[in-house]
Amino acid sequence: MSALRRFARSPEGVVGFVILLTLASVALLAPVLFPGDPLRIAGAPLIPPFTDPSFPLGTDRLGRDVLAGLVHGARASLIVGIAAALVAVLIGSIVGTLAGFAGGLIDEALMRVVDAFQIVPGFLLALAFVSVLQPSLPIVILAIALGAWTGPARLARAEVLSIRERDYVASARIIGMHPLEIALREVLPNALPPVLALSAVIVAGAVLTEAALSFLGLGDPNIVTWGSMIAEGRAVLRSAPYLSIIPGLALVATVVGTYLFGEGLTAMLSRREQHS
Amino acid sequence: MKNALKLIGRRAISSIPVLLIVVIGTFFLLELAPGDAVDAYIVSIGGGDAALTEQLRQTYGLDQSPLNRLWLYLTSLLRFDLGWSVGFNRPIIDLILERLPNTFYLMGSATGLAFVLGTVLGIVAGARIGSPRDRVLSIGSLALYAIPNFWLGLVLSIVFAVQLRWFPTSGIETIASGKEGLARFLDIAWHLVLPVSALAMIYLALFLRVMRAGMAEVWRQDFVRAARAKGLSRRRIVLRHVARNALLPVVTMLGLQAASILGGSVVIESVFAIPGFGRLAQEAVAMRDAPLLMGIIVVSAVLVVLVNMIVDLVYAFLDPRVGASERSS
Repeated sequence: MSALRRFARSPEGVVGFVILLTLASVALLAPVLFPGDPLRIAGAPLIPPFTDPSFPLGTDRLGRDVLAGLVHGARASLIVGIAAALVAVLIGSIVGTLAGFAGGLIDEALMRVVDAFQIVPGFLLALAFVSVLQPSLPIVILAIALGAWTGPARLARAEVLSIRERDYVASARIIGMHPLEIALREVLPNALPPVLALSAVIVAGAVLTEAALSFLGLGDPNIVTWGSMIAEGRAVLRSAPYLSIIPGLALVATVVGTYLFGEGLTAMLSRREQHS
Repeated sequence: MKNALKLIGRRAISSIPVLLIVVIGTFFLLELAPGDAVDAYIVSIGGGDAALTEQLRQTYGLDQSPLNRLWLYLTSLLRFDLGWSVGFNRPIIDLILERLPNTFYLMGSATGLAFVLGTVLGIVAGARIGSPRDRVLSIGSLALYAIPNFWLGLVLSIVFAVQLRWFPTSGIETIASGKEGLARFLDIAWHLVLPVSALAMIYLALFLRVMRAGMAEVWRQDFVRAARAKGLSRRRIVLRHVARNALLPVVTMLGLQAASILGGSVVIESVFAIPGFGRLAQEAVAMRDAPLLMGIIVVSAVLVVLVNMIVDLVYAFLDPRVGASERSS
């Protein structure tokens, strides 16, 4: 409980939590608030925002409801952001733990692979990956994770290097636990907290990468995303700039919320370290 | 200087296996693509018979086994030959070299702007941690850090190009203006103001935060207390002692972000229709030109390695302790 209290004492964390909670409830309630396909034509095209009460944020050039798109887009952004970060942290912490725990040649080989992923621009890799495997939600998630797992891997490895010399690891060795079991059941859970503190930054990065991919037309074409809405609005940028501006503001709010939440997490974890 | 050269040499050698992993990994990733460049070409010319397809595959060596082609690719890479772009019908290396300068202007100016402004503002914020000035800059940088660069580009062009008409909406220079020398330089600079600002903001915020965090760290160290005890002026302590030591992490961050800045320029070039390296990547995707995409990824990896070498040199120059001993990566 005291961990939660520490989090609650960080004003940034609380603000971030409120923003993310609002977004998550909006995303979850999207089918209730705006039933039906948000990509369907709902009214006259290019109604400006705040003029028609049935379309509070107006319509795009095909007459699709902007608010419905925005609400449904929140789902895509959050799903991709969280799923990509989960995959990245999972791959990264497993690879990092194995490298740090095994040492020697395995460590060397795994870290060279980490290097290789770090010198290729993540966005370019995601672009190539999606274009090869056809855009769909799981492929986009995997593509983003491919460019994001190296940070957690390095951090996990550094943690493991310091943990593996501790007494409880030595005792696990003495009672004859298999090295792989020690690595995954004893070392990994203890190396995880700092990696988790990093995960907010990864979620934020994933949300931005997803938006950029769908902005370039490489998102799942069957779902509405904020990036694709911004790209849609580009065609009428001169006459109806709000079409591109509104979904961008939603993106900024999401990413700010995630960063603030991450600051709260960091405060929570660093204070715990001071206590021990 | 000799130590620095040694450092560079060691870096170059250790980056060879890493680049090899990049080449082989990318090769097999693009192998997964349904269809090859010849299929894409046949579709683009509106179809052709089986004999033509077969003949084209032979010309481009696409009829051989993947391992054979990988070997061919690696050996021709040693001669700086990246293969042939079916989509453009030109050697890939020529295409890339032609587009690279535009991306260099964009990336170089954005990095420079972000580094200088980010460090200066970071010093302003870090000079008095917790002061109102620090709070404003910290919150501001967090907001800036959250803005997607392509969207910022669009907003900047709505305001400054469409509404105010101060800057052009797209392109790298005025087409067929016949400008040369200084006039051409100024023309390119004028076209680059908006894209450079859009690309630079996120890194400016990042450098500001790293610089500020570094200064917060240095303030706690003993030599700062000693400098205070000596009665040095606050200004001198901030600039000569605190900021100077906090600069090193920012330089490290610069190297770490090289790949990300290059990736960011892909989207920015698309927003502002700049015929650069990143736009080439997007065109390669649109034309399903796998060899071109492969060449782009390989060249960008080499570029990132080169940038990191330069950063290492700068680091060794700033911190005399580095040079002989390896910097932990």
